[in-house]
Amino acid sequence: MTTRSNLQEVLAAGHFAVTVEVGPPMDCDASVVSEKAEMLKGVADAYNVTDNQTAVVRLSSIAGCLLIMRQGLEPVMQMTCRDRNRLAIQSDILGACALGIRNCLCIAGDHQSFGAAGRLKGHPGAKNVYDVDSIQLVSILRGMRDEGVQQGGDPIETRPPLFIGAAWTPLGDPVEIRPLRLKKKVRAGADFIQTQGVYDVRRFAEQMETVRNMGLHERTAVLAGIIVPRNLAMLKYMDKSVAGVSVPSDLMKRMEAAKEAAGKDKKLARRNQAEEGVNIAVELIEQVREVPGVRGVHIQAIEWEKRLPEIVKRAGLLPRPNVNGKEAGDGTEGQNHGG
Amino acid sequence: MIVAERKPLSEIRGFVEDYHRLLIVGCGTCATVCLAGGEAEVKVVASGLRISFLRDGKEVEILESCVTRQCEPEFVEPLKEKVLDEAVEAVVSLGCGVGVNFLAQTLETVPVFPGVNTKFFGAAVEPGVWVEMCAGCGNCILHLTGGICPIARCSKSILNGPCGGSRDGKCEIDPEIECGWALIVERMKRLGTLDKLEEILPPRDWSTSRHGGPRKVTHQEVAAVGPQQGEGEP
Repeated sequence: MTTRSNLQEVLAAGHFAVTVEVGPPMDCDASVVSEKAEMLKGVADAYNVTDNQTAVVRLSSIAGCLLIMRQGLEPVMQMTCRDRNRLAIQSDILGACALGIRNCLCIAGDHQSFGAAGRLKGHPGAKNVYDVDSIQLVSILRGMRDEGVQQGGDPIETRPPLFIGAAWTPLGDPVEIRPLRLKKKVRAGADFIQTQGVYDVRRFAEQMETVRNMGLHERTAVLAGIIVPRNLAMLKYMDKSVAGVSVPSDLMKRMEAAKEAAGKDKKLARRNQAEEGVNIAVELIEQVREVPGVRGVHIQAIEWEKRLPEIVKRAGLLPRPNVNGKEAGDGTEGQNHGG
Repeated sequence: MIVAERKPLSEIRGFVEDYHRLLIVGCGTCATVCLAGGEAEVKVVASGLRISFLRDGKEVEILESCVTRQCEPEFVEPLKEKVLDEAVEAVVSLGCGVGVNFLAQTLETVPVFPGVNTKFFGAAVEPGVWVEMCAGCGNCILHLTGGICPIARCSKSILNGPCGGSRDGKCEIDPEIECGWALIVERMKRLGTLDKLEEILPPRDWSTSRHGGPRKVTHQEVAAVGPQQGEGEP
């Protein structure tokens, strides 16, 4: 068990990190994942593979990670607390590390009722687990890595050399509790943070100021979340229905103008909005990059990954740094995991 | 208290289709207070069944009763006599699930059917509206969360909330559901104890909850002298 993750090395070297999201398919077609991986090669330092995102059954995160690793990409395995108890979580972590997975993002997971929120049926009648919460999950992984113990206290001989991540919703309600909750995640052992999508950069910057005053930006690497908006409807939906996401009216107006510029030509309207969405994403990346304490971006282009290479390029973040050959020996000692 | 909700009459009728002499039993405690299975509801269910059977030309005798509590022998034993004396073929209990269980255990050979769906432990927050407030998890942590239970009142039962899904004090799964963690934060702010939330609550021992298997409470001073419960026993 050697080598630190590429993401960890990129951050440790002081680079502005880029992670992007790869959504696995709702079937067992490995080629879907492989094709996305091929398309996204070189675009990011690590690639999040989601774990039954929005409570919809998809090819598992652990398998998706392995598939993209075969293509030479480094995965961030996402792990929700919704579907697994502490036994399953720890066993999957050991398995993932044995397969060479090095990054894990610990999240609570969308409630199972979300699977039926859109056009899909999902499994709203499923029993959820939530044996542990995301902060406890972070602490369990840190215990496995740094103390060499399972949560129950049994020893782990070969420790999982993980780079541990957590999510953060900087503008979620109640907003005054969010920095404190980030602090808990950092204290639990979060080496890096990927935030909920940021559209309101001004308010995000205010939260980051609080975070800096608490010194948290030095103890964890905050990657600001960017969700690429595809059209006006998506922006409106996120503003209205996604907790912790608010879209400033000027962005909304820009997208509206892009749509209206096409008149009655629906195809053109789609294209206009897509282009404006990409423009907005590029600008958001540039803006969050200016916020002190932000050490990278986590970009989500949900079922629209093909636009990611262009976005990252236009944001001036290509090529990605090559930190290979800088292996840090035994990554199991727990030193300097914060990068 | 235990909050329940009456099952639809059609469902209850489906249970008792094959019987000719029924007893509908209400419960005078929780089920009465939450308007699911007290004396009044016994009348409603009994009349409804009578009309329903009559319409189909079926002759069914329906008796009515309501006991103080269906979960205690002293109130249930007399009911057993009634059932035997009056040759009742089947019982519909409008008590909570505990009442159904206890009656079933007591009545041995007579089938007992549930007339209500038992929902949760809760309180009446306004007339006719009950909200779940306790999950009966067996190891109370309310001293840590301002007296508001994250296990019962957070959709994900998380101990270090709120998750990212809290919006305007509501839970993201349903705008009608209050975010338990928003309530906790608000309450602790008023108490001036918000800083206590900085403490990371560790993974819980769920063995005190239903996950540890069916539970039993023995009050040593009251319980009849019998085998002592050793800690090492399963």
